Amino acid sequence: MGDQGRRFFSIYIFGKKYQVPEGLTIQKAMEFAGYQFIRSCGCRGGICGACFTEYRTPGSYQLKGALACQALAEPEMRITQSPFVPMHRADYHLEALRAQPGILGKIYPEIYRCLQCNTCTRICPMEIDVMDYIAHAIRGDIEKVAHLSFQCILCGACAARCPAEISQPYVALLARRIYGRHILSLPAGLEQRISDIKSGRYHRVLERLTQLQIEELMRVYIQREQEPQEADRWVPKNPNFPEDLF
Amino acid sequence: MLSLKERQELLQRFHPDYREGGRREIRVGVNRGERVPNELADLFEGISLVRPGEIDLDHVRQEVDVLVIGGGGGGAAAALFAAESGAKTLVTTKLRFGDSNTIMAEGGIQAAVGKFDSPALHYLDTLGGGGFQNLPHLVHALVSDAPVILDWLVRLGVMFDRKENGDLLASFAGGQCRRRVHSAADYTGMEIMRVLRDEVYGQGIEVLEFSPAVDLVLDEKRRCAGAVFVDLDTGERFVIRAKTVILATGGIGRLHIQGFPTTNHYGATADGLVIANRAGARMIFMDSIQFHPTGTAYPEQLMGLLVSEAFRGWSAQLVNGEGERFIHELETRDITSSATIREVVDRKKGVITPTGMHGVWLDTPLVEIKKGKGTIHRIFPHLFHRFHTYGIDITKEPVLVYPTQHYQNGGLLIDASGETTVQNLFAAGEVSGGVHGRNRLGGNSLLDIFVFGRRAGMEAASRAKEIVIGKLSLDHVIEYEEELERLGVLKREIKAPLLLPDYRYEKALGRVHQ
Repeated sequence: MGDQGRRFFSIYIFGKKYQVPEGLTIQKAMEFAGYQFIRSCGCRGGICGACFTEYRTPGSYQLKGALACQALAEPEMRITQSPFVPMHRADYHLEALRAQPGILGKIYPEIYRCLQCNTCTRICPMEIDVMDYIAHAIRGDIEKVAHLSFQCILCGACAARCPAEISQPYVALLARRIYGRHILSLPAGLEQRISDIKSGRYHRVLERLTQLQIEELMRVYIQREQEPQEADRWVPKNPNFPEDLF
Repeated sequence: MLSLKERQELLQRFHPDYREGGRREIRVGVNRGERVPNELADLFEGISLVRPGEIDLDHVRQEVDVLVIGGGGGGAAAALFAAESGAKTLVTTKLRFGDSNTIMAEGGIQAAVGKFDSPALHYLDTLGGGGFQNLPHLVHALVSDAPVILDWLVRLGVMFDRKENGDLLASFAGGQCRRRVHSAADYTGMEIMRVLRDEVYGQGIEVLEFSPAVDLVLDEKRRCAGAVFVDLDTGERFVIRAKTVILATGGIGRLHIQGFPTTNHYGATADGLVIANRAGARMIFMDSIQFHPTGTAYPEQLMGLLVSEAFRGWSAQLVNGEGERFIHELETRDITSSATIREVVDRKKGVITPTGMHGVWLDTPLVEIKKGKGTIHRIFPHLFHRFHTYGIDITKEPVLVYPTQHYQNGGLLIDASGETTVQNLFAAGEVSGGVHGRNRLGGNSLLDIFVFGRRAGMEAASRAKEIVIGKLSLDHVIEYEEELERLGVLKREIKAPLLLPDYRYEKALGRVHQ
C-alpha cells in the first residue's frame, strides 16, 4: 500500500465527517481519523467480539453489521459502534445439570419467545445461523446448538437486536458447556495418567532430568524417537524411554 | 531435522534476538545490567502515571485477600482457584474481561496423556525447545500439572476436539516428539476463555474492567500489598489494598520490537513488567522474544495475523518462491523463523507480496490433499473465514507468511508456586519467565497460564490467611525515578506503563499495526 496516489473518501463516524484513505479497515480508518481506542478494539484479528460496528451505505435502507477490524471502510459509510451489550446470563451450576432435552428452555425460557424473524442471523458478523441454533435449542438438541454456535465471539449483536429479548450467546454458551461436560465422554486415559502422576510414577525420572547438566541433557534429548506425522498407528521402539536411562 | 549444532548456527546468524542494536542494558533498579529490547528499556526509563502526593494511600477504595491484575486465561484461572480456596478475590483488567492473548491462541494446549507419551518426554521437548535454558523446577511443575489442567478444562465444559471414538484428538507442534497438542478447532484459546469467564461470573467473583493497574503498592517491609489503578472511562485514580497480588498482565507484542508486526492483542503493552520492575521484581530472559514463523504477510489487512502452527502439524509445508521446501515442519519456532528469514534475506528466494512485503508460502492445500477433503473446514474454521473475507480460499491456494512477533519468552522470575522475588507478589503466564527458556513450544503457553495461574491462586489464597498488611507506600516509585534522574536517563516524555498503543493518524497507514 504505497502512500502516494492514495485515494481519499469521506466516512461518518458517529455522524461526524472524516477524510480517510482507501484500503483501510474500519478500525484503522477510525485511527487515521484520530481515534485511540479504549473500547471497541481488542484482538484486531476477528475473534474477540469487541469491535462490532453498525453502518449504512448510501442508497441502501439496510442497517448492516461488521467487525471493524475485518471490514474495509467504504465511501460515505455512516458508522456507529456497540462496545458493550448488556446480556442476560442465568445462574446455574454446570456440574449439577443433566443433558436433558428441555434443560436449555428451563434455564432460558425466553427462547420460546423467538419470533423467527431471522434478524439475529442477518446481523451476525461471524455468519452464524443464530435463528437456526435457537430453533434447535427450543427442540432440545444441545449437540446441534453446540456445533452451530461454535464460532460465536459473544459480541452481542444478535442480543441487541432480538425483538424477543433473547441473549442468544449465553444460550449457546450454556449448550456448549453442557455438551462438553455431560454429553462428550470424559477422555479415556486422562484419569489414569493423573493418578499415575499423583502416585509418583514419573517422580524419579523427572527429578533425575532436572538434575542433569546441559551436555547430559542434550545427549538424552537427541535419543528421543520422533512419532511420524503421517502414521496413525505407531509404536515406539523403546516405549520406556527415558525412564529406562535412570 | 537439524542437529543441535546446526540449530545454534542458524539462530546466531538469522534470529532477531541475535541482531546487534536491538537491546540495551537496564541502568536502574533490581534488574540493572539485564539486557532488554530497546522498546521496553524506554518504558523502564519513563515516568509513573502516579505523581507523588497526588494519591492518598490511606484512602482505600476496596480491600481484598487476593487481587488478580489481568483478565486473560492466567488471571481467570488464578481467580477461580483463589476463590475456591476461600479467599475474597477481585479480578481487575485493563480492557474487557477476556481481552488477552489467551483468546488468540489457535493451536491448542499441551498435555502428555497419550499411550506412548509421558511427562518426561514433555519435559525433554520443552527443554530442547528452550535451548536447554529453562528453569528445571518450573518445567517439572508444568509437565506434571498438565493432565490435571486438561481434566479441569474438560470438566468445565471446554469442547476439545475428539476422535470418532470420543478420545481426545492430539496434534503436533514444532519440537514435539509426540502428538500432544489438544485443540478446539482453531478457536482453542477463545473457547477456553469464554468458558472460564462464564465460570468466574457463575462463581460470583467480582471483576473490574477498564481499570489498569498503574503501579504496585508495597508496605514498609517491601511486601506487595495492592495497587494503584486508573479508571479508563473517568480518569479517576484509586487504591485497592490486598494481602496478596497476582500479576497476569500478559505480554509485550504491541511494543513492536524491532519494528515487527505482532500476533498479539491490542492490550499487550508490557504494563505488568513496567510496574513489577519498579516494585523490585527480578526478571529473566527478557532479551528473548519469540517470532512466530507464520504470521500473515498478505493481504495487508491481515498483516501479522497468526496462521496456526497446527497447519504444519497437519502436514502443510513451508516452501520458498521457487516451490522448494526449506525447513522441516516440526522444527521449533525460533528455528523455523530463522530459516524463513535466511530464505528471504540471505538466499533471496522469498516472494514479494502484491503490497511489497516479503513472504514465503505456507502450502495449506496440502492439508486437504494429505489429511482429506474438509479437514481445513473442520480444524481451521476461523482462519478459513478470515482469509475468505479477502477472497482467498486456503483450501485451494497457499498463503503468504513471514515471521511475526508473537511471545515474550522471558519475564518475571517466579518459583514453582508462582511467587516473584517481591514477597506476596505472584505472577502467572506470559508476564512471568523461566519456564520456556529462550523459546517456547507451541501449546505450552495455554498450559503455562493455567498451571501457574492455578498454583499462584492457591498459594496466594493460602498465604493471605496469615498476612497483616502494614502501611502502604509508593516510595519505591519515587526512589526509582530519582535514580533515573541522577543518571540523567529519566524520560519525562514517556509515561509508563503505556496502557494503550498509539496508532493514530499517519501511524494507521503503517504496515505493522494491524
